[in-house]
Amino acid sequence: MNARLTAAARHRLFWPVLVLAILLLSNLIFTPGFFKVEVREGHLYGSLIDILRFGAPLILVALGMTLVIATGGIDLSVGSVVAICGALACLMISKEADQNAVSGVLIAVGLALGLALVLGLWNGFLVAGVGIQPIIATLILMVAGRGLAQLITDGQIITINSSPYERIGAGYLWTMPVSVLIALAVTAAAVVLTRRSALGMLLESVGGNAEASRLSGIRSRQITLTVYVFCGLCAGIAGLMVSSNVSGADGNNAGLFIELDAILAVVIGGTSLAGGRFSIGGTVLGALIIQALSTTIYTVGVPPEITLLVKALVVTAVCLIQSPAFRAKVFRRRSRPPTAPAVADEQPRVEVPV
Amino acid sequence: MSTLMETARAKLPWWPQQRHVPVLATLGLLVLMYAAGAANYRAFSDPQVILNVFIDNAFLLVVAVGMTFVILSGGIDLSVGSVVALSTMLSADLLENKGWPAFVVLPLVLAVGALLGFGMGCIIHYFEIQPFIVTLAGMFLARGLCYTISTSSIPIRDGFWTWMAEAKIRFAGYRISTSVVIALVVVLVAMYVLSYTRLGRSTYAIGGNPQNALLMGLPVARTKITVYTISGFCSALGGVLFSFYTSSGYGLYAVGMELDAIAAVVIGGTLLTGGTGYVIGTVLGVLVLGLIQTIITFQGDLSSWWTRIVVGILLFAFILLQRVIGVRKPTGAAHPPPALASRSST
Repeated sequence: MNARLTAAARHRLFWPVLVLAILLLSNLIFTPGFFKVEVREGHLYGSLIDILRFGAPLILVALGMTLVIATGGIDLSVGSVVAICGALACLMISKEADQNAVSGVLIAVGLALGLALVLGLWNGFLVAGVGIQPIIATLILMVAGRGLAQLITDGQIITINSSPYERIGAGYLWTMPVSVLIALAVTAAAVVLTRRSALGMLLESVGGNAEASRLSGIRSRQITLTVYVFCGLCAGIAGLMVSSNVSGADGNNAGLFIELDAILAVVIGGTSLAGGRFSIGGTVLGALIIQALSTTIYTVGVPPEITLLVKALVVTAVCLIQSPAFRAKVFRRRSRPPTAPAVADEQPRVEVPV
Repeated sequence: MSTLMETARAKLPWWPQQRHVPVLATLGLLVLMYAAGAANYRAFSDPQVILNVFIDNAFLLVVAVGMTFVILSGGIDLSVGSVVALSTMLSADLLENKGWPAFVVLPLVLAVGALLGFGMGCIIHYFEIQPFIVTLAGMFLARGLCYTISTSSIPIRDGFWTWMAEAKIRFAGYRISTSVVIALVVVLVAMYVLSYTRLGRSTYAIGGNPQNALLMGLPVARTKITVYTISGFCSALGGVLFSFYTSSGYGLYAVGMELDAIAAVVIGGTLLTGGTGYVIGTVLGVLVLGLIQTIITFQGDLSSWWTRIVVGILLFAFILLQRVIGVRKPTGAAHPPPALASRSST
């Protein structure tokens, strides 16, 4: 029994699942009806559904981020892409004579997603083509992108009144929120593509060592390019959701800090920032933990001012628990002499295999 | 390309060394921008314009110097903007609401910043979590602490603070604020520390290759933690200068300042992978950022968001330049091999 518990605790998703469970259960103490999900006017309704619905953009962005991080990269520009795509879609719709025309909305959505692909391609080109370090390459679009988004909206907040567009972020389909269904579909597609084909292994191989992968016949550059394009697309869809949810585009604040939340979600989910391995399930869990945390803070009645404080503490706790060095130093202190040499820390270490 | 430079250097003794090229390029850009500004706008050639850039960016200069230390050591510090905001907030609250005297508040605020940096450095080193994540948590923490103090802006009317804000140092018809003097002192101290002390050399060595630095017997743990402490201290000092500049404290100040600081460091020719770069480059980088804003103000019909677009284009240009002249690690920066990649987690 003890061995089985240890094995469970060693599983990569053990700690994220535990944290999420604790978060959700702690809600139960403060709001007894927290887990109640009911059908109202043909829509699923409840706190859990809210967490899913508001977490959908973050799940999408974190999903793209996971694959980028799996190849040893990082994409800081997703927040800007979220703002740019929302801005473009809203601008297109606001210029139409009939904002409720489905064709016009489809064209706007298509153009915005097309732009997201181009932005992803730009990042991928800089990383895979020019060979710039990913954190710097995407920093360019992160800085310039906010300016671009404000250029598109002309510094204003564009508000629109289009019921087909609103459905993306706030609508329901088959009793489920459309945004959740979209996030689910994209996640499923990513899982099938990476785990049912060799693509996932190729990604991890490129993340492990791009040059060795290339020498063994993998087209590393194309794979790197593809993940950045996919990440851009995910951010674009998230941008549509965010702007559709509020029926407006704010070039300055839409998707602000979502790249940090997304990276956090990926790290909480157990994907190493060094690349070479990834867990889509872990990422979805990580994104849900971040969203559940915000929801918990509101439902428990903690003043919203200290949301960031709680977030900082939870993030630190989760990262510390997952850090092998922390566990080695704190949990095994009693069984080992405390004079563990600091030199051992610098050895390249291998994570516990799953 | 590098052989071309070798031959050029052999023939021309004044040809710059390869490691100085990025800084010289930034200097060239700065001169070019100034010349373009002076040619297009009448009042631009007044040297006070340059001094004003210093006055308006003294706090950024201090923050960017701290960031230079961290980036040279191969890390990154995302918390600087929040620590700046926390310092303005803490100063304002202690001075105005608690009525503490300025000579107690000032060291206390600086100590809090340094302590935050020290804590992050310890977590990064001893628990082997990526600097990116730890300083991100630090960013949330500092910003959250601001809001626990107050969610609204607090004006500062303290005598010392007002004096520091209003005192102008005049010479030959020009004027600078006291903040500029403090910032320049910080720059000089940073230059000295990085070039002539053991701490400085260890910082470069760790940024170049932490394994080698360790094998050479350099104090990796102490240096790493010191570097983050310096960055925390510089952010707190930057925050104090910022509160001189605005005469108030507010939790929403300096949102995104970490990006400005990183951009200034990169434009100044420091490699984000660590190990190569100069404080003087960072100074030039801050001046470039400041001059862009000045030109956009002089132009008048350009909106403020053009600043960001131009900064993005400049980042791109300078990163390309670094690629072309080949100032980078021989192993290739885009996909470091596992031995190097593990550096980010140690």
